[in-house]
Amino acid sequence: MFPINETMGQYSELFMLLAAGTYTVAFIAFAWDLAKSSKMLRAVDLRAAELAAAEAGRVPVGAGVGASSAAVDRADSDVAGPVGRAERPSSSSAHAAAGNASGIGGTADGAMRYSAERRAPARVAVALTVLGVAIHAAGVITRAIGSGRVPWGNMYEFLTTGAFVVVAVFLVVLIKRDLRFLGTFVVGLAIIMLVAASVAYWTPVGHLVPALQSYWLIIHVSIAVMSSALFTLTFAMSALQLVQSHRQKTIAAGGTDKLGFMRLVPSALSLENLSYRINAIAFVGWTFTLMFGAIWAEKAWGRFWGWDTKEVWTFVIWVVYAGYLHARATRGWTGTRAAWLSIVGYLCVVFNFTIVNQFFNGLHSYSGL
Amino acid sequence: MSERVNVEKKSPAPGNTPDGTEPDGAQPGNTPDGTQPGGKRGDKSGGRRAGGASPVAAAKAEAVLPTLGPVGMLRWAWTQLTSMRTALFLLLMLAVAAVPGSLFPQRPTNPSVVTQYIKDHPDYGKILDSLQLYDVYSSAWFSAIYILLFVSLIGCVVPRAIAHYNAMRSQPPRTPARLSRLPEYGTLVIPADAGIPASRAITDAAALLKKRGYRVDVRDRDGARPSVGAERGFLREVGNLVFHTSLIGVLVSVAVGGLFGYSGQRILVEGDTFVNTLVGYDQFTPGTNFQSSQLQPYSVQLDKFQITFDRESKGKFGQPIDFKADVTTKETPDAPAKKEVLKVNDPLSLGGTSLYLTGNGYAPVVTVRDGAGNIAMQGPVVAKLQGDNYYSSVVIKVPDAKPEQLAFAGFFLPTAFVTDKGVSFSGDPELINPQLTLNSYYGDLGLNDGSPQNVFELDVKKLTPLNARNLETKGIILTPGTTHTLPDGKGTISFDGVKRYVGVDIHHNPGQLYALIFALLAVAGLVTSLYVNRRRVWVRTGTHADGRTMVEYGLLARGEDHRLASEATAVRKLLAGAWDLDDSQSAPSGGVDNDRADTTLPGAGAEQDSPDHPAADFIQSTAGSSESKKDQ
Repeated sequence: MFPINETMGQYSELFMLLAAGTYTVAFIAFAWDLAKSSKMLRAVDLRAAELAAAEAGRVPVGAGVGASSAAVDRADSDVAGPVGRAERPSSSSAHAAAGNASGIGGTADGAMRYSAERRAPARVAVALTVLGVAIHAAGVITRAIGSGRVPWGNMYEFLTTGAFVVVAVFLVVLIKRDLRFLGTFVVGLAIIMLVAASVAYWTPVGHLVPALQSYWLIIHVSIAVMSSALFTLTFAMSALQLVQSHRQKTIAAGGTDKLGFMRLVPSALSLENLSYRINAIAFVGWTFTLMFGAIWAEKAWGRFWGWDTKEVWTFVIWVVYAGYLHARATRGWTGTRAAWLSIVGYLCVVFNFTIVNQFFNGLHSYSGL
Repeated sequence: MSERVNVEKKSPAPGNTPDGTEPDGAQPGNTPDGTQPGGKRGDKSGGRRAGGASPVAAAKAEAVLPTLGPVGMLRWAWTQLTSMRTALFLLLMLAVAAVPGSLFPQRPTNPSVVTQYIKDHPDYGKILDSLQLYDVYSSAWFSAIYILLFVSLIGCVVPRAIAHYNAMRSQPPRTPARLSRLPEYGTLVIPADAGIPASRAITDAAALLKKRGYRVDVRDRDGARPSVGAERGFLREVGNLVFHTSLIGVLVSVAVGGLFGYSGQRILVEGDTFVNTLVGYDQFTPGTNFQSSQLQPYSVQLDKFQITFDRESKGKFGQPIDFKADVTTKETPDAPAKKEVLKVNDPLSLGGTSLYLTGNGYAPVVTVRDGAGNIAMQGPVVAKLQGDNYYSSVVIKVPDAKPEQLAFAGFFLPTAFVTDKGVSFSGDPELINPQLTLNSYYGDLGLNDGSPQNVFELDVKKLTPLNARNLETKGIILTPGTTHTLPDGKGTISFDGVKRYVGVDIHHNPGQLYALIFALLAVAGLVTSLYVNRRRVWVRTGTHADGRTMVEYGLLARGEDHRLASEATAVRKLLAGAWDLDDSQSAPSGGVDNDRADTTLPGAGAEQDSPDHPAADFIQSTAGSSESKKDQ
């Protein structure tokens, strides 16, 4: 057992505060990006509308509708194409991309790849997030050194390390996909987690109780945190999917588009497809969480399954996401309903992490506070 | 299960003709399907079924439903039960049904808490009990849900396994007439001077695809338009079936554990020996089919138990950070003794069982002499943990004391402190100032009639108090080495010292290993079913009038496959490489290719093109297409 280093612990707390501060600036930049881009998009819309009107009314309908016609077309074909999305997600995304290319600049790409469009605030925001995550990493590492073990042995450490993993996973996904529209959500969540950790759950560096002294802590909890981070991303995407699908329907029905900033967000179908892929990975991770938890439970408590409150909720989450995966293959359950399942699943994850850890008596209670 | 059922909630834009309203021979080129590469081509049946035209409704109205009869009813019920929708519904029901088990105390884990809960909530406590909410996981409704779910699962897995077995033995499906309608499509042109005729091109393609893991079938090799059908990824469905079958395996393993397993607890004070026989247990829970002959009479002696407390961190000062029990074990009564260490998270394996360190505490050693001066009781008394820092309760029953039975009840504090108000508490978990504070009683303990009693509780109703705080005699306060004389010559009690005890759980679960194996299988199946892609590739060749060999290929995925486009690129690269084609500007994505193929096809010509002459048409169109590619 390594000795405790209180100085390191104090450094860690300082780093956490600095990280939270940096994230706050990044959050503002992300929000600025959303505001600015939606303004810019509106300007582009307006110009396109004027152009259309000037071209002797080849589009006889009102300017507003004409401007968003490209989006409508795409939205329409996407909504109408649930058959296509199952059979050929690749080409449907390619189609979305094609639709986008001919559409208005800056509208989100269906495949969520980066476009040539430069979004300065978004770049600043991402750079700040990278800086924040580096400071955050220093905080997590000093915490680990300070306590001489993995930094996830109590609520404070779950929250700080969990927030780090959420942001890190987000940044890793950003390498391949332009998910910057999720920036406000992800960074905002990280800020909330860090603040909650420092205010409500602050715990000085300390040793683990014997029940947690096992290599399974490293395996079981790290996979759980990683899966939760992925579920966080898909939660945000599913929530946006619901908004977007509502918006697409409104536009298709000829209504006015009140949520201009949603232009930055890809179509509901693209969101659904990507969140399905991420959820599939997270589901495998959660299966491992469940399984390794059972193996550890057998080692620590003598039975691999005992319907402890935490076990119950881990099982519930697993079943809900299993339901989500099945819903994608069930008539009438795709799209909005699947998104709701993804959201319910994430609410269960949050519930399991907060309420169950704190207010429910169970074998996991000691790990809480 | 993972196979997706196509959904036809199609809402075509006004002006477009939905497939369904057209007769079967509709010209797809004029429908939205034909003109939109991202649409729903390749699923004519889906479109057809979607047609909500009035003639269909009329036909429906006219149709008389046949009576089902009992067999038909059963068949209908079975179809309903094994449908995906039902399975999903049951799955979500299972999630909801599991929740109450975390809200209310459960009998299997905390029977005493349940009793207390019912007492504390007289208004609804009993009602909850009748709804089996204290035994959620063995309740009729919870069992009904998971049994139905598993029946539904079996009803789904078996037919799918049979279907997949047949699919694995059959040849790849026949080459579609129009490959350009597939989600991924591309063309290649081999120059005439390369000397590769259509037949050789097709055998090359077949060989390459075979090497890539495809099962291939060459059709019409020496004909005018030879083709190859290829399919791979049969493991996807295998993984899917393995996953679901393994879940059944896990359930059966759990059941086996419940039938043939057993578990028990025993408290061991330092120096005590546990022998694995029924009388050796303090508490024993046998499985349904347990037989006492299953117990192997091994023995475990607790030599020493050590606890390390945290003396470093301020916030958790005094928290235990290490428990270590030194034990001596014997596999059988005659086997040589073995020194072993038992720790939390590190169970002992002995005689087919596992032993876990689950609790610990202090056991003050006392000697009680009765009024006659004889030793009526001597030894350690297990003190039950009550509060912080090993603040524990002590109950001592002395049925052998004469003339009257004696009893003591009170507290043990390893480091005793008394506040100004006279409240005593333990200031530290270690034995810095150990103290026993006791009340004493005499009378009939009620042990003689043989009815069982809780050793940790004393019913004082029928007893007469001797010492108590509110009596003149006051309570007994003992420190190690001291003796207290009871009033009225009833005897004495001495506090001789303190030992530690451990609580040991002993478990035998024969289903556990199988549960693990099935769980691992399930994960392997899950990963396979999610990440192996079932794909079909068709390649067709033909010879152009000017001698060039024209090649077209198409790819189709079954189920979700977001990497079909990259597979198409890879296949294209392979083919181009084999024939030394300069394909540097190539690797077009499927969508783009489709666009090109569609736009270059002369609309009417394409439609009149019967399945017999696809290649001729393709040759026409791709000749132009490859040109246009060069123009880029």
